[in-house]
Amino acid sequence: MSDGRAPRTPGTVVVTGVSRQLGARFAASLAADPRVDRVVGVDAVNPPAALADLLDGVDCVRLDMDSVGAVVAEADAVVHLALLTAPDPQRGGRAAMKEQNVIGTMQLLAACQREPRLRKLVVRSSTAAYGASFRDPAVFTEDSDPREVPRGGFARDILDIEGYVRGFRRRRPDVTVTVLRFAPLIGATIDTTLTRYFSQPIVPTVLGRDPRLQFVHVDDALEVLRRAVIEEHDGTYNVAGPGVLLLSQAIRRAGRIPVPVVEPGLSVAIGLAKSLGVGRYGLDQLDLFVHGRVVDITRLVEEFGFTPRSTAAAFDDFLARQDGGVLSADRLAAAEQAILDAIRQVRAVGERS
Amino acid sequence: MSDHGGRPDRSRRPEPPAGSDGPGDVWDRRVAAGLAFLRRRLTGQYEVDEFGFDVELTEHVFQPLLRLLYREWFRAEVFGVDHLPAKGAGLVVANHSGTIALDALVLAAVLRDHHAERRHLRLLGADLVFRLPVLSELARKFGATLACQPDAERLLRAGELVGVFPEGFKGVGKHYTQRYQLQRFGRGGFVAAALRTGAPIIPVAIVGAEEIYPMLADIKPLARLLGLPYFPVTPTFPWLGPLGAVPLPSKWLIEFCPPISTVDLADQADDPVAVLDLAHQVRDTIQQTVRELLRRRPDPFAP
Repeated sequence: MSDGRAPRTPGTVVVTGVSRQLGARFAASLAADPRVDRVVGVDAVNPPAALADLLDGVDCVRLDMDSVGAVVAEADAVVHLALLTAPDPQRGGRAAMKEQNVIGTMQLLAACQREPRLRKLVVRSSTAAYGASFRDPAVFTEDSDPREVPRGGFARDILDIEGYVRGFRRRRPDVTVTVLRFAPLIGATIDTTLTRYFSQPIVPTVLGRDPRLQFVHVDDALEVLRRAVIEEHDGTYNVAGPGVLLLSQAIRRAGRIPVPVVEPGLSVAIGLAKSLGVGRYGLDQLDLFVHGRVVDITRLVEEFGFTPRSTAAAFDDFLARQDGGVLSADRLAAAEQAILDAIRQVRAVGERS
Repeated sequence: MSDHGGRPDRSRRPEPPAGSDGPGDVWDRRVAAGLAFLRRRLTGQYEVDEFGFDVELTEHVFQPLLRLLYREWFRAEVFGVDHLPAKGAGLVVANHSGTIALDALVLAAVLRDHHAERRHLRLLGADLVFRLPVLSELARKFGATLACQPDAERLLRAGELVGVFPEGFKGVGKHYTQRYQLQRFGRGGFVAAALRTGAPIIPVAIVGAEEIYPMLADIKPLARLLGLPYFPVTPTFPWLGPLGAVPLPSKWLIEFCPPISTVDLADQADDPVAVLDLAHQVRDTIQQTVRELLRRRPDPFAP
C-alpha cells in the first residue's frame, strides 16, 4: 500500500520503549544510520546498564507518556515500541502492563495528533491481534478479523492499541501509519516468556493439542522496523518467519521433554499462579498453545521487498545458544548408532554359531 | 529433510555386519531405516506445511494403517482415477455417510495409492473436529484443515487436491433407513471456492460407508449433553462397548466422475443462482453414480 509520496527520510525520530531490548537495539541501529539526523529515546524508566552502552548515539529522555508532548513536537517520525508482552510481577504485574500498553499508547497518539510536523508513525503490534478461536482459518491475512474477543490480557491490549491507531489514522490522514504485527520474537540474544519456556528441561504442553507456531528473528524484526522508518509503507503488515514449527517439533529440536497437561488443569494452574503473583504464563500463552497462530506474509514480502529468515532458522539461531537439552540430537544419534551396532553384533554372533 | 546444524548424518554410514550377506542385508537396512525414522521424529527434523500437514508421519504411519483398512477390511474397488488432474488444483466432492467419517480418511488413502502421481488429498473438516483435543492434532497432521472459505481457496490456489463433503453432519449422522439418499448441500460454498480459483470439480461416489456403523437410533438428549451433533445407536454400539467401534466389513466401491471445468465461470462466484445450480449438478451426478454402484453391488457384505 505504498503511495505516491516520495520517500523522505525523517530528520528526527522518536523511539519509545528504549529501556527494553528491542527498543534500545532499534534506537541504536537508527542512530548509526547516516540517513537519520537525530534519534530520541523515550521511556518511563532509565535503561538498564547492559543497554546503556548501546544507547550512546541516542538522546535518552526519561519521562512518562502523559508528558511526551514536548519531545514529539520536534519529531518527524515516531516509532512506538513500548509494548509489554507479559506482566512483570516485579513491576506492578498486569495492571502496570495494561497501563503502559493501552493508556501509554493513547497518550502518545494524543500527543502525536496535535503535532503538525509529524509525518510518520510506526507502531509495534502483534499477531495476537487475530485472537484465538476454533473457527479461525489456518492462515491469517492482514484482513482477517478476530472471531471473538481473546481472553488473554496481551491480546486484548493489542486490539485496543490497534483501535486507537485506526482512530489516529482517520484524524491525521496526512501521516504515514505503519502497523507491524510481529510473530513472537526469538533469537540468540533475546529473552522473552517463550524463550524462557523453551529453556526449561521439562516443558508443559496442552494434552491433545499440537499448535502451529511461527517466530520472527529479532534481527529481521529490526530490519523491518528500519525499512518502515526510512521507506514509505502505509498500512498493516504481518511480520513472521515463513514456514511453521509445531510445538512438539520445536520442543524436540530444543531437546526438551514435553509434559502434556489437560487444558482445564492448566487454566486452574495459571489462575493459581496469578493469584500468588508468580505467574509467568498467562491465558495468552495458553491460547497460543491450544490454537497456534500462522500468518501470511505476502504483503510484507511484496511491499518491503524483504523476507525474514524462516521460522525454523530463527528457532535454530535461538537453539545455538542453548545447552541442547536432555534429549539432544547428538545423544539420540549416538543412541541410534549404539542400538544399530548392538543388533549387528548379535546377528553376527548368531550367524557364526 | 534439511540437515540442521550441519551435523553429519550418522545413520547413513554404511556398515554392514561382517559375514552377513543375502537376506541379512535387507533386515539391516530396514532396522537402520526404522531407527533413522525414530531419530528424526524424536529430534523434530521433519517438515510440516503452514496447515500443519506432516507428510512423513502421514506416509509412514497413517497411510499404511488406512491401506490395511480399505484393502483387507473393506475390499475397496476404485474406478475413474484418471478423472483426477495429474497436477494442479482440483476440488474433490464426495457423499458422506457412516456415523463416523471414515469415508473421508479412506478416500484420501485410496486417492494417494491409486493416483499416478501419488497425490495427497487435503480434507476439509467440520469445526467440531478442530474443537476436540487429540482429534484436531491428528487431523492437521493428516493434512486436513477447517472447512472455511479462506482455507479452501488458499489450498486450491496452492494447486492442491482438496476433498469436501458438502452434506456434513447431515450426511454422516443420518439413519440407516435413509442410506444412499444424499442430503442437502448447504449453501454451495465449495462451488464458490472452485469458481474463484478456477479449479475443476471432481464428483466422487462412495458406496459401502453407509453399512460400517448402521445408525438405528439417535439419542438426542445425550448428544446435546455431550455437545455432539448426534449420539448413535448401532447394532454393536453402545451394547458391545469398545468393540462397537469396530466397523462392519462392508464392501466398498469408489468412483471418481468426469471433472466439471470452472475455468470460464470465475465471474459467477458471487451469483447465488449459478452457484446453487452447479451444486445441484454435482449432487445429482453423485446421487446417480451411487445408484449405479449399488446396482453393481447387490450384497453390502459381498467379498
